[in-house]
Amino acid sequence: MTTEIRGAAAIVGVADEVSPTGVIDVPLRELEARVITAALAEAGLSLRDVDGLCTCSGGTLMHSVELAEYLGIAPRFTDATQTGGASYGLYIEHAAAAIAVGEANTVVIVYASTPRAARKRGEKGLGVFATPERLEWETPFGLMLPISAYALAANRHMATYGTTAAQLAQIAVDTRCWAAMNPRAHLREAITVDDVLDSGFIAEPLHKLECCLVTDGAAALVMTSAERARDLARPPAFVLGAASAASHAMISQMPDLTITPGVVSGPAAFKTARLTPGDIDVVQLYDSFTITVLLALEDLGFCPKGEGGPFVGDGALAPEGTLPGQTTGGGLAYTHPGAFGAFLLVEAARQLRGECADRQVPNAQTVVAHGTGGVLSATSTVILGAEATL
Amino acid sequence: MTDGLPVPAPSAVSAPFWDATRRRELTMQRCQSCSRLVWYPRFVCPHCGGSSLRWETLSGNGVVYAVSVHHRAALPALADKVPYSVVLVDLNEGTRLMSNVFGPPPAVGDHVAVAWLPLDDGRNLPIFETT
Repeated sequence: MTTEIRGAAAIVGVADEVSPTGVIDVPLRELEARVITAALAEAGLSLRDVDGLCTCSGGTLMHSVELAEYLGIAPRFTDATQTGGASYGLYIEHAAAAIAVGEANTVVIVYASTPRAARKRGEKGLGVFATPERLEWETPFGLMLPISAYALAANRHMATYGTTAAQLAQIAVDTRCWAAMNPRAHLREAITVDDVLDSGFIAEPLHKLECCLVTDGAAALVMTSAERARDLARPPAFVLGAASAASHAMISQMPDLTITPGVVSGPAAFKTARLTPGDIDVVQLYDSFTITVLLALEDLGFCPKGEGGPFVGDGALAPEGTLPGQTTGGGLAYTHPGAFGAFLLVEAARQLRGECADRQVPNAQTVVAHGTGGVLSATSTVILGAEATL
Repeated sequence: MTDGLPVPAPSAVSAPFWDATRRRELTMQRCQSCSRLVWYPRFVCPHCGGSSLRWETLSGNGVVYAVSVHHRAALPALADKVPYSVVLVDLNEGTRLMSNVFGPPPAVGDHVAVAWLPLDDGRNLPIFETT
């Protein structure tokens, strides 16, 4: 007997914190507690209801258990798998399965990070990319991570498929259009393709305005069974499909720089959801860099491999486009505290509820949230739907 | 001589590679079970799981698979090389590794050959030049 994930669980509460300055100078625990309690409150739930906790953002030995203790939770289900920006979609997948088989009732997923506040205090980064293999076989060649890895992928895609700098720049332009409609976005001024192309290089071919922000921020999601979700305060965002995959850790070990593990997680999630890309109303694709979005569109099947350039170049992702994408303004313009994965899912749920005001996609019934972690290393694809899609 | 490039001391498994760089030879492990090259050095073959890996010397010739011209030095030792190219090179023998091309940036598909950047301790770092 198999247990079906499709429709078994739903996101019932969401919260995120961003700052107009990009800085949120509070202890990580406080920030985590704030977004968790806010997400529970909007669902009409409390910490007493929580029996599952998923998080990996603390950088300590067993962050999920430490945070559970702090919050007074004794979790039956916990997951601290670290796949970078793909972690949060992976948690949705695992939590949906745990809920489906009765191993958990109410699961909280949380992410918080304050790189800007840490920099202000003079703290150095954790050196998350400093693996023994990378220090020996990549670092001596002067790459800057993560940008160098994504730049190499962009270069390869351009050389292989004729993708142009202007096409990639259009992704940043369209994302900024969404940010302009989001009063909480960090960068809201409209930009043009020329602005992007004139913004200078750090690592060619990616221009400065094709790179995500560095801000502080936090996000939390609450999941429970579909049955219970219907009795809670907000319209549930049902998990229709979810899958994750990983193919490499270092960019020099990526089998093909134009093909991400999204070719595995995407079709698997669509199969579970019994949907195709043509059925999707909105996408929230991790936009660490413009190339990340382009590769995701191809690997998830929104356009054939190699045709991402013409697809985005026509403004498909813009507010008036055929596939509204990154409706918060994304990692490029909304917020980006080191990993954007949890924010993709928060916005996906809000779009399904119709809560997005000026940036609301009319009658959004299906959303794909697709996280990419590391250096195109790991992906998670989550397909959410409103009640009518079940 | 390039002072201060942070190249770690060899590990037990990578020592033969680094020793060969003292002779300016590019070497790599080949799996005796599946006959495939293994890069980076390992204890087991990532292609088949075989544990019999034998070092062999490669031609040092290859083709640029991808390139990113860097306009900021990631390392102080590279400050006088800016702008420099981080490249992925597909070696003729069939593996890919990361390296540098200094000077005019190469393009994808350009033929390159290994050159050697002396390190402080007598080892050499394999970089590439267009041919």
